[in-house]
Amino acid sequence: MTMLVIENLSKGFGDALERPLFERVSLRLEPGESVAIMGESGVGKSTLLNCIAGLESVDGGRIRIGTTELTGLSEDARAEFRRRALGFVFQAFHILPHLTLAQNVALPLWLLERDETSADRRARAMLARVGLERRGDDWPRHLSGGEMQRVAIARALVHDPQLVLCDEPTGNLDPERAASVLELLFEGIQDAGAIGILVTHSHKAAAYADQVLRLTRAGLVAAHDAWPIDPSAPTEP
Amino acid sequence: MSAALRHLFLASLRQRPLATGLTLFAIALGVALGLAVQLIHRAALDEFGRGIRLVSGTADLQVVGPRAGFDDALYLALAQHPEVAEASPVLEIEARLPGRAETLRILGIDLFQVGALTPSLLPLVGQPVDATADMPTSTGTDTLDRLAALRPDALFLSPAAATRLDLAVDAEILVQVGLREERLRIRGTVPGAGVGQVIAVMDIAGAQQVFERLGRLTRIDLRLAPGRDREAAQRQLTAMLPPGITVLTPADSEAEVLGLSRAYRVNLTMLAGIALLTGGFLVFSAQLLAVVRRRQEFALLRALGLDRRALRRGLLAEGAALGIGGGLIGVVLAYLLTALAFDLIGGDLGAGFFAGLAPRLRLEPGLTAIYLGLGLLAGVAGAWIPAREAARMSPARGLRAGDEAEVYQARPRWGATLMLLALAALLAVLPSIAEIPVFGYLAVMLILAGAVLALPGTTPWAMRLLDPGRWVLWRLARARLAAAPGQAVVAGAGVVASVALAVSMVIMVASFRDSLDDWLGSMLPADIYLRASAASASGALDPDAVTRVAALPGVVAVRPVRFEDLRLAAGREPITLIARPVRGTSGLPLVAGRLSDSAGPRASAPAWISEALADRLGLEVGESIALPLGSVSHDFQILGIWRDYARQQGAVVIELDDFRALTGDSLTNDLGLFLAPGHDVTEVMETIRATLGERVSEMILPSELRAMILEVFDRTFLVTYLMLAVAVLIGLFGVTTTFAALASSRRKELGILRHLGLRRGQIGTLLAAEAALIAAVGVAIGLAAGGAIAVVLIAVINPQSFHWSMEMRVPAGTLALFGLILILLAALAARLAGGQAMRQDAVTAVREDW
Repeated sequence: MTMLVIENLSKGFGDALERPLFERVSLRLEPGESVAIMGESGVGKSTLLNCIAGLESVDGGRIRIGTTELTGLSEDARAEFRRRALGFVFQAFHILPHLTLAQNVALPLWLLERDETSADRRARAMLARVGLERRGDDWPRHLSGGEMQRVAIARALVHDPQLVLCDEPTGNLDPERAASVLELLFEGIQDAGAIGILVTHSHKAAAYADQVLRLTRAGLVAAHDAWPIDPSAPTEP
Repeated sequence: MSAALRHLFLASLRQRPLATGLTLFAIALGVALGLAVQLIHRAALDEFGRGIRLVSGTADLQVVGPRAGFDDALYLALAQHPEVAEASPVLEIEARLPGRAETLRILGIDLFQVGALTPSLLPLVGQPVDATADMPTSTGTDTLDRLAALRPDALFLSPAAATRLDLAVDAEILVQVGLREERLRIRGTVPGAGVGQVIAVMDIAGAQQVFERLGRLTRIDLRLAPGRDREAAQRQLTAMLPPGITVLTPADSEAEVLGLSRAYRVNLTMLAGIALLTGGFLVFSAQLLAVVRRRQEFALLRALGLDRRALRRGLLAEGAALGIGGGLIGVVLAYLLTALAFDLIGGDLGAGFFAGLAPRLRLEPGLTAIYLGLGLLAGVAGAWIPAREAARMSPARGLRAGDEAEVYQARPRWGATLMLLALAALLAVLPSIAEIPVFGYLAVMLILAGAVLALPGTTPWAMRLLDPGRWVLWRLARARLAAAPGQAVVAGAGVVASVALAVSMVIMVASFRDSLDDWLGSMLPADIYLRASAASASGALDPDAVTRVAALPGVVAVRPVRFEDLRLAAGREPITLIARPVRGTSGLPLVAGRLSDSAGPRASAPAWISEALADRLGLEVGESIALPLGSVSHDFQILGIWRDYARQQGAVVIELDDFRALTGDSLTNDLGLFLAPGHDVTEVMETIRATLGERVSEMILPSELRAMILEVFDRTFLVTYLMLAVAVLIGLFGVTTTFAALASSRRKELGILRHLGLRRGQIGTLLAAEAALIAAVGVAIGLAAGGAIAVVLIAVINPQSFHWSMEMRVPAGTLALFGLILILLAALAARLAGGQAMRQDAVTAVREDW
């Protein structure tokens, strides 16, 4: 079954027809597949991600995830859908400073009103998977950037989402840490059988995805011909 | 979302202990003051009501007359009336106790009748007086030695009176009658009186004899024949009574005193409400800031699937937690305060309505629940707008790091401001409801709300008016406030509210105090005032004493005054009659009419009524008023209306000569003495003491009396001043917490300024300049709103509550100084609070995301 279908999506500012950001964006992805979306600054990569997450409205087209027609849902239903089916990884980590690492990871389970003890157990297991075993009771202020992003990855996957959206997840990390974070991220997505969408400027990061696309005003185009890169290369081109 | 609610929302209150602590404090204070006022009054009223029930027992009706009493022939007439089954006569005397500061309420009762109607007043002979003894009444009846009790000098003290006077059985007590001292002996106790009532009981014949009131009664308690309708009997009996005597139900008597103290109670309650309102403002500014600071967190939660409603509920729950927490602390404080107040001052909060009661602290679950609810309401109401703003924020935008300036956007709300002010003006002209100025208080709240709503519009406008100047920090501060007036709303709302309230109260109290001072000047023209006791008590000056005093060397003139209380019509509260020379004296503080009648002699004698009486009876100059004097109704013509701050229920002044001619009463309560120039006041006073006896007379100099009255005035307004101080303190706390929170939420912006070369100290100065500007705008709006509220207080609320008018006086110097100090304090508070921002490393500030 096709998991994610995006057809003819368009989005603009103000009067959308006069100042379009992007148009005719279409994409189909199966469970376990991942895609990296690249493009110039300001072309609307993050906005596309927000549209797919239902955080921003679209001006045209449709988004279907599994059997859910996202574009037809009310705001509350979209929130409920995000809670259940989506995971996020951000450039800025967005780890809450007043929650312990385990609590940060358990956050999506809390919102799903799972029992707190089992949520805590699951969160600690996820932390162990990202290499932070026995750190569940630590506070975020003691973490390095790479560790923060590992926590974020654990949080994105803790509730077995159908779709994981990543916005420049390595933008604040040095290349070495970036590589290990990306490995963890894509392994996790693959293991969960989820769809991964990665928005990035980094070719090296993009190379972890099954396919690389470039967002233009006129839609998504294949980008792998333009930048042939070896994911194992030590530095950015 | 219970785990989320706990860990994300309620836990956040712990992460900002200063703001949370202050908010809790503010709400707790509002709840504590409001609830304590209610608890004290409820207990005092209960005790008062108990006192009334105690002395009226099972009576269905009570016949009451003036303090001077009425002819006891009426008792016989009533006792034989077919409607009446039992009648019990009472002579009530407030006995002055020579050499003691307090008076004693003595009930002269018919020992053979009292058992049927008021058994709790039955005296018990010989029983040791023990305040803790709780003797059943029946025991008293059994052991009552009626012969001993019938002795004219036998007095029985209630347990509370025995404790208060520190007198045991067989002790002697002196009471004053006119200028004489009479010796009474404590023969026993009144066990049924309970521990809160300070009263004494004696046989009515003995009381009439000792207090020279032969043939006089002040009250007759009636029990109706079985099956008789109380209202019908009340009408029927009223018709047969002479003027000035009326029939009341015990509930009527209780309601009279409730009515008298109601305006004062409502005023105090409103003041406490204002403290609570300020607490609500503090919740508002603390929550709005928290929302600004946590906007990325909320954006993340929204991205993770928290819907708007759940976010809003979470934030409202924070407000509710603050409200409930503050409410609970407040309730505990209120009970402690009440216990302390009962311990220190008894049941009276300063206005004198409940002086002499010894009420006890009681748990009031209903009242407590109401005040807890009010605390909750303040918390939730304060959190309402911030929660709405948070739910409105776009999560996609919130996830991007950026300046929070956009959150501080606030649209000018001139329309709403003008609408509120217009509505306030409209409400201010409406009359009171049941003598409570409901619309006046509503107008005050609307003016307050309008003033706060004027902030976002006024701030940018005021900033544009200011000269940009060349000082870069000044320009930065000015530019920021012009661009983000919402910041001024958050920090300034508390300042506006507290300044407006403080200013209005300062203007009102200053106007009142000045008017009172003027009033005292015109009411106290003599050099010395002499009396045998307070007018309500058993001392009085007889004509012989007055003549002797007038003949003393150095005394050039005396001015006698006689006080009486009168009931003008059935069901009306008693008013005070003041008989004194009016024409040819320095007169009365008139607000309408005149002192002398130029048209020559008239059929009816002149009278001057107080504003309260004019208001209550709707009387005007030129109309006539019927006064029941000596059981006969006499018509007087109203020549003038005068200002009276002493008698809220109303007073009427008539010429002493007219009073004496109509009643034959020649006693004097107060004697004003005018001395010849050059005579030493102290010498004259000593001569008078020697002439009349030191223990039976009281003298006071107008200056002392004036100081004493003003002291009472200040004590009455002590509660007001206390609440005022609290309001100002809360306003300043608001500025402090706002700037502490602002400094941390603007770390990035301030970090950039540091990168650009601003020194740490300059950042502090920048914050201080912003705070000073915000406080200045807040103070300016607060002054204007405070002036408007003062007008409502002086022209609407006071006349409607107390029937007092006063000249408005604006203590401009004090207010200017107050405003200036507040601005400086705000700047200082902001600088101190911003210390955190100044200390932190500029580089990490720019880099960090949180």
